[in-house]
Amino acid sequence: MRASSRRQVGLFRRCAASAGAAALALGGLAGCGGTSGDATAGAPGVTEDTILLGSTQALSGPAAPYAAIGKAMTAYFDYLNEHGGVHGRSIELKIADDAYNPSNTASQTRKLVLQDNVFAMAASLGTPTVSAVSDFLTQNKVPNLFPTSGSRVWNQPDKHPAAFGFSPNYTIEGKVLGTYISEKFPDKTVCFFGQADDFGADGLAGLEKVVKVAQKQEYSPANTDIAPQIGALKSAGCQVTVSFTTAGFSALTLGTAARQDFKTQWVFTGSGFDIPTLEGFLKEDTIELTEGAITSAYLPVSTAADNSWIKLFKEINQDYNGNARFDFNTVYGMSVAYTVAQALERAGEDLTRDSLVDAVAKGGIRGPMLTPFQYSEDNHSGASGTQVYVARAGVLEPASPIYTTDDGDGDVVESTTPPAEAPQDGLPQ
Amino acid sequence: MLQIKLVRHGLLTLAAAAVVALLVLQSEDVSNFEYIQVAAYVCAAAGLTLLIGVNGQLSLGHAALMAVGAYSAALYLRSGSEDSLASAGDLFVALLVGSVTAAVVGIAVGAVAARLRGPYLAGATLALGACVVGVTTYFDHLLGGDQGLTMPLTEVPAPLSAALTSYQWSALVSLGTALLVLFLLTNLKYSPVGREMAAVRDHEVAAQLCGLSVARVQINTFVVSSAAAGAGGAILGVLYLQIASPGAFTLFLSIYLLAAVVIGGLGSMRGAVIGTVIVLYFGRLIEDRVAHLGLSTAQTDRLAAHLPLAAFGVLLIVVMLAVPGGIQGTLGRIAPRLLQLMETVGGKK
Repeated sequence: MRASSRRQVGLFRRCAASAGAAALALGGLAGCGGTSGDATAGAPGVTEDTILLGSTQALSGPAAPYAAIGKAMTAYFDYLNEHGGVHGRSIELKIADDAYNPSNTASQTRKLVLQDNVFAMAASLGTPTVSAVSDFLTQNKVPNLFPTSGSRVWNQPDKHPAAFGFSPNYTIEGKVLGTYISEKFPDKTVCFFGQADDFGADGLAGLEKVVKVAQKQEYSPANTDIAPQIGALKSAGCQVTVSFTTAGFSALTLGTAARQDFKTQWVFTGSGFDIPTLEGFLKEDTIELTEGAITSAYLPVSTAADNSWIKLFKEINQDYNGNARFDFNTVYGMSVAYTVAQALERAGEDLTRDSLVDAVAKGGIRGPMLTPFQYSEDNHSGASGTQVYVARAGVLEPASPIYTTDDGDGDVVESTTPPAEAPQDGLPQ
Repeated sequence: MLQIKLVRHGLLTLAAAAVVALLVLQSEDVSNFEYIQVAAYVCAAAGLTLLIGVNGQLSLGHAALMAVGAYSAALYLRSGSEDSLASAGDLFVALLVGSVTAAVVGIAVGAVAARLRGPYLAGATLALGACVVGVTTYFDHLLGGDQGLTMPLTEVPAPLSAALTSYQWSALVSLGTALLVLFLLTNLKYSPVGREMAAVRDHEVAAQLCGLSVARVQINTFVVSSAAAGAGGAILGVLYLQIASPGAFTLFLSIYLLAAVVIGGLGSMRGAVIGTVIVLYFGRLIEDRVAHLGLSTAQTDRLAAHLPLAAFGVLLIVVMLAVPGGIQGTLGRIAPRLLQLMETVGGKK
């Protein structure tokens, strides 16, 4: 066997040695890549004292403002590990940069699963990006916990039994914002501006369930010139403009509108309207440009100093995150990390992928969300509602009660369950 | 003479296929996953080296032709029922569809390219490479915009499903296709058609005097080159990423391919393979080194994103200045001398 393959190598020395050389070089390189996570327990990525989680994040590229989420997650896990971890296991989070490019997500996720042997994916960022790997994760039975995306696609228990959403989906948010608009601005012309993918489409779908939309424009994240779209909105006489944009494009939208002297009541999705993040783009114009803009939040806002979660996260941010800028991304990252840890805690000591999925599907996970999660056997949606806020002098102030609804035709109603308080020790329950 | 070459190339390809199959069968999923990417890039690089090295044209837009291959394969696979896996038959047809569609696009691009020379040709093909995002966004209902088109996963055919993992199957199909492309292009290079291509490269006027239509030969070459790129794109989309999205087919990819054929040695199929492997792993090696330098996370991220590109630039310049023949050319020069040396040493004994 060995001799014959050596003879073959000799044989094609002249012409096709290339293929062999390539293959051998590859074999060598792949060999030194190594496979970690030699599982002593049953599940991949789980040992006696560690759990390896994977996450794809945008550390570079158009969604790079969200890079802080991954760091905040790591900071919370560091805090948790120092306080005993989950059932004696410390959580290790391996973050891979996909630059918000679905093709990179596809290759990076495969490396995390096949090479690093992660136990589960946690809070990977983006709708188009994580959508590109849902089938792959399902095929490999890797739990896809809480993608950072308000898309409805995570709620498909039949197709993707191990995927769970986290934030209220964009349709729910669209319905809540629509309800607020129809009460506050009943006779105004309402328009829509959104990203040309499910992010924008889902938000629009929710909005249109409640109000009539006169003009719709969309943008592609790869093209930073949105002047034509803003111009079209202006000429359509939009008085209220709902914008489902990522943070960078929200800033671009406000800046472009100001340059074109387009005056409208701006209404932004909460996932693209965090004032400290916008400040990174708009600098000294931030307060002027954001003044009066409406948005919604499903987590305590970063400026709510009295909130028990914010207090906890601020402490962790100081001690474990190098006192990074405390903004929505930090709150979000720590919140989602807390929720992941809670799911792992409830999955019990004999951690398997099945026990983790069952623990989430059983319901009862709560965390810092303003509204309860909808998790059950046949509903894998995240939280069920949001609260409307208005920007005043660079700070978000609550402008409505906490609303809950569904992504179907259900009514938008006030939430009857008050938000949970943070546990004293900050550890998952 | 041609027949002897044909037989020899055929035998060598079969031998290479045997080694590749052995390699795939004993590799883990993650390695096989990487072989798929190598195979995809090898197809495109082989096509590009035919265009540049054999025919003397230039393309800075081959990633766009790969995109054509990936998207057309995606559209074909998605025309079936949505939830089912793609069968082996579907898979082969999809690769063929990708290749043929890219070839058709190659006719149009080739017709334009045949009228252009030097920097104008570079500019036009650069524009082709840059238009992928624009086209997919403009036709987003058909092509899915930035989100792209996800594809059904492929199914290992029943008789093999007990013996092969899905990655082994995908790697076998990809590397098999790459070998087929290499075999066909190598034969083409040594055929009368290949000699016409070389004649046009070496002296257009002289080629015309021999009765060749320069434009026709150039367009033909572009079409063949596009077909190879299309097959590569289809492999990348269907088997590697399982999605066709514009982010996989950026200008960087076109430049990487160009770097691969130049570093490997222009005009040599073997060089295209070596160059592709270097390009794919050189960058990763640098990123790996950067990660172990012990810099802060922000510095590491910044360096890891930019250093490989800078290093490629330097490598390209060094290769152009020091070894214009690329690695293959250097090997070709050194090998006979080495043999001679060994013989003399052996003789003295």
